[in-house]
Amino acid sequence: MLRKLIPLALLAPLIACSANTTGTTGATTNSGGAAAPGKGSPSVGFIFVGPKDDYGYNQAAYQGSQAVAAAFPNLKVLTAENVPEDDNAARVMNSMIAKGAKIIFATSYGHLDAAMKVAAEHPDVAVVQQGNLITGAVPANAGTFFGTVYEPVYLAGIAAGKATKSGKLGYVYAFPITQTIDNIDAFERGAQSVNPTVKTYAVSTSSWCDPAKQAEAAANLLKQGVDVITQHQDCTATVIKATEAAGKYTVGYHADASSIAPKGWLTGSQWNWGPLYVDIVKTALGGGFTGSKYNANFRVGYKTGENPFVQSPYGPMVDEATKSAIDQAREGLKTGSPFAGPVKDQDGKVRIPDGTVPDYTAIEKIDYFVDGVVGTLPKS
Amino acid sequence: MSDLVVDVLTGAVRGGTAIMFAALGETVSERAGVVNLGTEGSMLVGALAGYAVAAETGSPWAGVAAGAVAGGLLALVHAVMVVWRRADQFATGLTVMFLGLGLTSLFGAAYVGRAAPGFDPVKLPILGDLPVVGEVLFQHDPVTYVSFAAAPLLWWWLRSTRGGLLLRTAGERADVLHVHGYRPGLIRGAAVVAGGALAGIGGAQLATAYAHAWFEGMTAGRGFIAVALVIFAAWRPLWVMAGSYLFGAALALAPALQARGESLNQFALDALPFLITLAILAILGRRTLRAAPEELRRVFT
Repeated sequence: MLRKLIPLALLAPLIACSANTTGTTGATTNSGGAAAPGKGSPSVGFIFVGPKDDYGYNQAAYQGSQAVAAAFPNLKVLTAENVPEDDNAARVMNSMIAKGAKIIFATSYGHLDAAMKVAAEHPDVAVVQQGNLITGAVPANAGTFFGTVYEPVYLAGIAAGKATKSGKLGYVYAFPITQTIDNIDAFERGAQSVNPTVKTYAVSTSSWCDPAKQAEAAANLLKQGVDVITQHQDCTATVIKATEAAGKYTVGYHADASSIAPKGWLTGSQWNWGPLYVDIVKTALGGGFTGSKYNANFRVGYKTGENPFVQSPYGPMVDEATKSAIDQAREGLKTGSPFAGPVKDQDGKVRIPDGTVPDYTAIEKIDYFVDGVVGTLPKS
Repeated sequence: MSDLVVDVLTGAVRGGTAIMFAALGETVSERAGVVNLGTEGSMLVGALAGYAVAAETGSPWAGVAAGAVAGGLLALVHAVMVVWRRADQFATGLTVMFLGLGLTSLFGAAYVGRAAPGFDPVKLPILGDLPVVGEVLFQHDPVTYVSFAAAPLLWWWLRSTRGGLLLRTAGERADVLHVHGYRPGLIRGAAVVAGGALAGIGGAQLATAYAHAWFEGMTAGRGFIAVALVIFAAWRPLWVMAGSYLFGAALALAPALQARGESLNQFALDALPFLITLAILAILGRRTLRAAPEELRRVFT
């Protein structure tokens, strides 16, 4: 709550001071909505839920926005950090639109509602949201996009499954949203593919970044004999340092943090948003947003192109056999899936039958832990 | 099962230490007659200063010292406002808390994700090998060992020294001090600053010994927990110590159960520390105020 209030106070001047260069946009009208969303926009706006230098999710998104700035030197790139996931987000987006932005990136999962509201009010503005799913009909000027994050997490699970001696892996996560559930399941399935009896212990912190809770989670996992820990948190240093200090292995998330885990770093998954952001902006600027692949719930993975989520470099402890097992699995993902059937849930019930390869949309609807994950999801 | 108890108790000490420093600081402040809701802010500036100075100097002890200075300086703002300007204690405290939050998110950005040397757990010889007690109490970071002495020391100081007597008198009957030629405002101001310094040490412990990281808002309400704790511990340092560990235990229970795969709703577990507080406050009811320092009761009622 407190974290939500104070950034607002800091935000107001940030927005205000980027107002000077686009003074001629007053003539803009959106009568009839005839204009193609985003076409010829003089600027593009990005909102982030956290600080641009969190060494995690928000930093990666910010770097993507800077890639857009580099690719389109004439385009003004507006950015706003610490934008809460409520109506304030709509206000920030509207103020960017008032400054001429006709392309808006809402980069946090919880920004979707506000983004849809803004899209409905401004038919001439292309609004894309990162990571969530629009349910029902997708408006002509909106869309969501994401990588298949669980695919590199599956590959990292292979490294974890090979490295563990205790057969216990740990997963520190924030909230049981589908993206996280997919990651935890994919991690366990990757590990299982090379180590059938391995278990993944999932511990939640109920916060995207509460380092003290992370420390407690890591301490308890280590005490239970877990010897590889990974996480889905916005700030990642605490868990990695605790794991390294205990002489155990780390699988990273969001960024290459091998520098703080020189001994125990295995591999991880990290973001590379630049190419995808640039392509979305290019599509919208050219007037071709409506009807394009981005005017939908767009997902890209090994099967369909360049995943914006890539595997991190290997640490020194990863042997050649593991690397080649991962290379092989990566090839397999071009036609298969981490969730190729049979997939059983924790109760042993078959959820995806043998021979079925679920598509990306189906995977984002998985709301159960797979067999081998130790932990409980809150009942909905 | 007994293994779970040991883990929760160990976690109680691990997670309760930062809260204890802050709550002892609040005790000092309130025993002198000033409520400081800015404690959360003092913890935050202490956490950032502690982490930043440890990163710059390479010494986590220098970090703890910096945490104390930073926490004390922020509390000085509160002291000036409420002691000399007679501003409302609650409104000022909250404003000071927001000031700490704003300052740290502004100046803290450079230290997010930065590496810094911190305190590692040190197993004490002999004591650390004792069954159960060794693990629960004597395998922690050095700042935690300092905290074991802090509460008894404060208790003794308040009870048995001239300084303690003056401080308590400032909180009970400030006019008596006047009669004897002391300046209660000065004593109160000093108590608020000392309290902020203790909260700053708590924040520094959180950043350099527990989480080994700085992140904006990382105290996540622990400073407010500390304020509530002082009330239901009836302003007594040793009860504050016990209460801090009770909170630590409530915070440690969720991860200890989850790491064992126990099926409990995470959101229910997260509400536990606050449910405990409410329960205790409800049980004590008005009895809590009876123990309040006289001058403080005037603030509350």
